[in-house]
Amino acid sequence: MQSKMKESDPILEVENLSASTDNLPILKGVSLTVYPGEIHAIMGRNGCGKSTLSKIIAGHPSYNITNGDIKFLGENINSLEPEERSQSGIFLGFQYPIEIPGVSNLEFLRVSTNARRKFLNKEELDTFDFEELVKEKLEIVKMDHAFLSRSVNQGFSGGEKKRNEILQMALLEPKIAILDETDSGLDIDALRIVASGIKKISNAETGIILITHYQRLLDEIEPNYVHVMSDGQIIKTGESDLALELEKKGYEWTDNFIKET
Amino acid sequence: MVNENLVKDVVKEPYKYGFVTDIETEKIDKGLNEDIIKLISQKKEEPKFLLDFRLKAFKKWQKMKEPDWAGLGYKKIDYQDIIYYSAPKQKEKISSLDEVDPKLLETFDKLGIPLTEQKKLTNVAVDAVFDSVSIATTFREELAEHGVIFCSISEAVKDHADLIEKYLGTVVPASDNYFAALNSAVFSDGSFVYIPKGVTCPMDLSSYFRINSGDSGQFERTLIIAEESSSVSYLEGCTAPMFDTNTLHAAVVELIALDDASIKYSTVQNWYAGDEEGIGGIFNFVTKRGKCLGKRSKISWSQVETGSAITWKYPSCLLLGEESVGEFYSVALTNNLQQADTGTKMIHIGPKTKSTIVSKGISAGNSKNSYRGLVKIGTKATGSRNYSQCDSMLIGDQASANTFPYIKSQQPNSEIEHEASTCRISEDQLFYLQSRGIEFEEAVSMMVSGFCRDVFNQLPMEFAAEADKLLALKLEGSVG
Repeated sequence: MQSKMKESDPILEVENLSASTDNLPILKGVSLTVYPGEIHAIMGRNGCGKSTLSKIIAGHPSYNITNGDIKFLGENINSLEPEERSQSGIFLGFQYPIEIPGVSNLEFLRVSTNARRKFLNKEELDTFDFEELVKEKLEIVKMDHAFLSRSVNQGFSGGEKKRNEILQMALLEPKIAILDETDSGLDIDALRIVASGIKKISNAETGIILITHYQRLLDEIEPNYVHVMSDGQIIKTGESDLALELEKKGYEWTDNFIKET
Repeated sequence: MVNENLVKDVVKEPYKYGFVTDIETEKIDKGLNEDIIKLISQKKEEPKFLLDFRLKAFKKWQKMKEPDWAGLGYKKIDYQDIIYYSAPKQKEKISSLDEVDPKLLETFDKLGIPLTEQKKLTNVAVDAVFDSVSIATTFREELAEHGVIFCSISEAVKDHADLIEKYLGTVVPASDNYFAALNSAVFSDGSFVYIPKGVTCPMDLSSYFRINSGDSGQFERTLIIAEESSSVSYLEGCTAPMFDTNTLHAAVVELIALDDASIKYSTVQNWYAGDEEGIGGIFNFVTKRGKCLGKRSKISWSQVETGSAITWKYPSCLLLGEESVGEFYSVALTNNLQQADTGTKMIHIGPKTKSTIVSKGISAGNSKNSYRGLVKIGTKATGSRNYSQCDSMLIGDQASANTFPYIKSQQPNSEIEHEASTCRISEDQLFYLQSRGIEFEEAVSMMVSGFCRDVFNQLPMEFAAEADKLLALKLEGSVG
């Protein structure tokens, strides 16, 4: 299956990863490999460790890796700071984007974009050049220019916050994007905008991990693989039809897999 | 938590202005008594009215008690162990900057305040004060063409005695408080500004105060008078070397605005704050007050307080003139064992007077940062309004922030609004910014400047950039 993709090196390799927070184990041996051009979906009940996995890949300081490795483009990144991971091309789309009062969205986006550009040895953009770039990217998420002059995520509706995340993804042009429940809290129109945004940004060079509860996002963006997580482990991996089956049968159906394993 | 410690590291920043200029100084003996005051007055060749003013203030001071209501913790000051006059030795009369000791010019150069003709800042006139005396004032002739007087207060005492006699002590009377009385008795130098009727001052005026000597106090006095329909923007900056002893700084600033006049007074205070253990640093006990005497006059204070071991400072406005306006915009950042008790008093006396207070306190380390303010609306201040907003930001879990707003209204037909908030830089916010490639230090400083935005917007442009940089510096350091 999609063997031609695998001719290239993987973007992300999560190898037997275990992690805990406050001595509470959350991940219990997760393995996952993403090749360029692949879209992976991770599904599972609340509290199964999906969000934790995404935060650990992005470098959240509250979690300790107790075993296993995360490799990005072949390099172990276990000890990299979150900003280093972002600069080198890992993007986490937050389930609940954080409000930062007083910090202008435009300035935030510019500093962030320039940090990535600096890493790529590209010229950093001044305010004028950045304006041009951001205008173009706003189109992708159908956002109004007025969002830029507000404080980061402050007073944004749920949908606006998620679109702001996709805007950041569009600006940062990551190698891998992990989108944590980007579809939750969106109405159908917003979902379409977000989904088409993701599709426009992704290409044969990038990998995408969609963390979701719902089939409706996967109707818009068809994944190559679907993983089901339960109690800190990936208990089943399949193709896109696995998501459909899961939608039909519910997570109770997956409880049997645990018994099998 | 990991990040808590990182934040603590980030707010450690070595003080960049801690050098001492090695220069021969003329100092008088330690101690305070009538003879010392007479000696200061004599050295400055002052007229009799001023000596009388000083002696009267001294008598009052002797009867007063050092205030303790702010609950600040510090070792008792021995007022007899302080030198009350210290000046770099130089020729009696200096006609041009060429005659100023190059070491002094170099000192101000190093502080980023070049004074020489070739290098001086082009858009702002500077009065440079070194310990007890004013060294130089730039752009005096250019300002004089507009009728603007900008000189040291010592010169003003000689050349404009009438104005000094008329206004000195009319806003902050000698008996106002303990430190004001002390200042009135021993003040050494400071700046004097007079803006004549109808004149908009063609450039920003600025005083730069430098404490160099470790055992002398600095007691500067500033007086600004804005005549009818005039306006001026005045900036003040301060630094001091690092000593392991505490140096007393007790200044008095008086502003007077007549009909339709406006005065904008901005401060960036970066006195040496002491080390991490709280050893050394400046005791900054300052009385600043403006009198909106005229109708529709306006006085606006903005301050960025980052230095000093102790800051005790309440730039205030007396709103006498009908429809006069008072403003106070403040950012106070404390770290390590610094203590800041700062705020304002807005005293509404005239009808339809308006005041705005925006205070942002940031406390890091083990510091203590309090806002203390009074809004008073008198019986005649009908239709007056006040809006106050006091926000505190905590960095780490050892710092404290307090807000003490006092409100007294004797006028039912007036409006007072008060808003207050406290926040902490959260790990989630930091992670969010970091996960977008923004480095930890920059993330903290972005959030701090964001928090201070409302105040920075009020600062003159070049000062706003400086303040932003200063906060970033204070918050910058060795991460990880």
